[in-house]
Amino acid sequence: MKIILHKNLMSLLQNQGMLIVLLLLGLFLSFATLADQVPNDAEAGTVLVKTWPMNKVPNPVVIVVIRDLDEDLLFANAVVKQSLVLDGIVVEIVRGNPSDARSCLEKLANQGIKLDAIVCNHYTAGWSVFDRLNEKFPALGNPIIIEPASYRWPNFLKRDNLVNIMNQIAVIAILAVGMTFVILTGGIDLSVGALIAFSSVLVARLIRDYGGGVEAQVPALILCCITTIIVCAMMGAFSGIMVACFSIPSFITTLAMMLIAGGTAYLISEGQSIDRIPEQFMWLGRGTTFFRIPIAVVLTGSIYLLAHLAMTQTIFGRYVYAVGGNCEAARLSGVSVVTVLILVYTLSGAFAGLGGIIMASQLKSGAPTYGHMYELYVIAAVVVGGTSLAGGEGKITGTLVGALILAVIQNGMNLLGFDSNTQKCILGALLLLAILLDKLKGRIAR
Amino acid sequence: MEEEIVRPIKLLKMARIVKTFPGVKALRGVNLELAKGEMLALLGENGAGKSTLIKILAGAFNQDEGEICLNGKPIKIKSPADSRNLGIAVIHQEFALVQGLSACENIFLANPLQQLFFIHKKREFKKAAEILNKLGADFNPLTLCKYLSVAQLQIVEIAKALSEKAAILVLDEPTAALTPREAERLFALLDQLKKEGMGIIYVSHRLEEVFKISDRMQVLRDGSEVVTVAKENTTQQEIIHWMVGRELPPNSFHNKCVGKKVILSAVGLEKNRKVKGVNLEILEGEILGLTGLVGSGRTEVARLLAGVDIPDRGEIRFEGEVIKMRSVRCGINKGIFLLTEDRKNLGLFLGRPVIENFSIAALFHFTFLGILNKLAELNAFYSHRKSMAIKLSDPQVRIGSLSGGNQQKVLLARWLERKGKVYLLDEPTRGVDVGAKEEIHSLLRKLAQEGNAILLISSELPEVLAISDRILVMHEGQIKGEITNVSQATQEQIMELAMQ
Repeated sequence: MKIILHKNLMSLLQNQGMLIVLLLLGLFLSFATLADQVPNDAEAGTVLVKTWPMNKVPNPVVIVVIRDLDEDLLFANAVVKQSLVLDGIVVEIVRGNPSDARSCLEKLANQGIKLDAIVCNHYTAGWSVFDRLNEKFPALGNPIIIEPASYRWPNFLKRDNLVNIMNQIAVIAILAVGMTFVILTGGIDLSVGALIAFSSVLVARLIRDYGGGVEAQVPALILCCITTIIVCAMMGAFSGIMVACFSIPSFITTLAMMLIAGGTAYLISEGQSIDRIPEQFMWLGRGTTFFRIPIAVVLTGSIYLLAHLAMTQTIFGRYVYAVGGNCEAARLSGVSVVTVLILVYTLSGAFAGLGGIIMASQLKSGAPTYGHMYELYVIAAVVVGGTSLAGGEGKITGTLVGALILAVIQNGMNLLGFDSNTQKCILGALLLLAILLDKLKGRIAR
Repeated sequence: MEEEIVRPIKLLKMARIVKTFPGVKALRGVNLELAKGEMLALLGENGAGKSTLIKILAGAFNQDEGEICLNGKPIKIKSPADSRNLGIAVIHQEFALVQGLSACENIFLANPLQQLFFIHKKREFKKAAEILNKLGADFNPLTLCKYLSVAQLQIVEIAKALSEKAAILVLDEPTAALTPREAERLFALLDQLKKEGMGIIYVSHRLEEVFKISDRMQVLRDGSEVVTVAKENTTQQEIIHWMVGRELPPNSFHNKCVGKKVILSAVGLEKNRKVKGVNLEILEGEILGLTGLVGSGRTEVARLLAGVDIPDRGEIRFEGEVIKMRSVRCGINKGIFLLTEDRKNLGLFLGRPVIENFSIAALFHFTFLGILNKLAELNAFYSHRKSMAIKLSDPQVRIGSLSGGNQQKVLLARWLERKGKVYLLDEPTRGVDVGAKEEIHSLLRKLAQEGNAILLISSELPEVLAISDRILVMHEGQIKGEITNVSQATQEQIMELAMQ
């Protein structure tokens, strides 16, 4: 029994080691960022009214006091809406600073209105105006101050933060899919970072010059995006042809392609950022879909699902593993090694093109500085995900975990308030640690 | 009973060695003794535990239980360096030589002769030349290893052992890649070393040579010692019986189903001065043996016929039609398959599961619009596993963990699943144990009976004689002789043709 348990634990560690690291990181950050949360949104307003102690009072009379901020207004509106449902009467919404609240209270006192409650949020509840109310304004009766209950919850685990993590990593994660294919065949693609810059300025330029600028319509936008992806795919294919047909090492080929793509990006954009882009274009990078999940995250998820199926359930996946595992044996088995190699570099280029478009959409402009050093983060994500640089070993799901680990580490350091240079050092150290763990795990298994 | 002779202390004594790998008990308390100036042959099928025992001696593995004594003193071998320092030299099938360095530099790689902090090149050269000369080497010690033949590399390995004053020499399948003449020279050399007092452990699948050169034989089976006998007290049949635990049917087969139709023919094939105008024909249902010394161009001919290499001149005809071989895939699409001699580098995907290794050449049998039907793939594999008696429990294990015989069977299954017309088999039984060898032979016969054409390349003359319908002998890139009446042919007759 004990042995079986031990065995299962070992195989779990072996197969899902990085997933466990990801979960542990999440757990650590959850504790490290535990903080008092003061809800101040529409949902907080609704819940507040539903649970307030006024339910025994028929037609309670309340005022709502908020700061002059948009987010506070959402809260106040929700309170008003919900009190109507429950037959409450909101006589006034006070929006502003403590003196506004004071004058409102004075006005109500003069009119002789009896208040049952004053609804505040966490910030307004602390105003000194509301101290010793029954002494200052006895005419108001004995109103109570109500604010949404605060609770302890990690900043890391807040919904917005989690969505943010995935949104931030979307571009790198998408590129990492193509990179996984390339690395699985035993190669490497250094050009993806430069291709991001190239793709972002190309799509921006196409929209500005041919799509109609800020008035561009959706079909034109789609056409521009598709053209950009095709051009990037062709640049990838070119690298692939160099690697497959002329046996030039992929490191050199894609290094050259990185310079070419990076230089062309500056030429196309004339060194400037191009931002004459319509609002609709931002749908891809900033838009959300069901449950307020960003489009980019949904897109990344679908790409991973498809890539996972391609690697495990199709002939393409088998051939990629075969070429990476033993290129010559694959050739002698009748696998068209040249086709497989060209295809993986083409896909890597296409994913880089898509990544550049998403980035242009997120930042509402295209600039030749985008994607700087991204190839290294992408390679890091793939390697942390357990793919061997020698080729032939690795999984798409591993790469997803690797990308998430990078994102979580970066996000965590932001939450904990490290500056960006410290972040780089820590990221480097953690990368080494992750790979070291992976190696040690392999050694234990042996 | 014989009188107990008081013997001097044994050179090496391994007692009750136990080694367990996850799921396998590789050694179950094996004892081994070796005296000075003695050659012990270690025999057994693949997976019997020979390699594990050798690797413990070489320091690649540590034993779980048991002890090792050298000259009566217990020793601990924790790493390959320990083993070398204790005077144990293990020469594996894959040589541990650096290709880009010279023979001399390789010999002194681990223990350079130094003067202050500099390597004393002159002394190294002198010493290397001395040792190599003693071993009868015919090459300059300054030759880079990549230019040396397998036999010469072997001599470099032995020279390395001598330079380190090794007392025990362990050889794993030393003749697998040697020609008969080179093997003869190696045997003479080993004999000389033996006389000088070196203890030699010799692992081989070739019983004939074992009987020729060893003093005692130890047979292992399933990690246990079956028997240890002196050469004089046993016979080959008996040894095989101990190794496999059952009698094998004698090798005698003659094919009655050779057709008239020429399936594959080649006219005037030339390539890179390694193949000089080769003409050959393979008939329907025929097993054509192609033999000759290593380096005589046999493998190159097979590669040309399969389309792996493109001939400089000459043409290849398949069923009478000239075919242009532009790539391997042209050959494969016609049904011409090559089973390579270099399993590890050219055949297997070592890190991938058995099932993927099996199906790679015939994936389209199991796909619809590029999507795999894994169940169909698995069923196809199971049917081959059954018909070829491949021993394995889970098709998802890495093929690298299988024994040589089973690996070879999976590679054969790869091509059988693809279903071809011509099978070019380059050393199909190299590194395969006796039982599996016999099974592969009967498989080849069955293939021939089904009307396929088979080219069997082998250095093992008894094998060629036993199952070929016709034999071609190559020498220096040309076909120097043909033997049609195989049942009357002898090994000497072939050797004469091969060596001219």
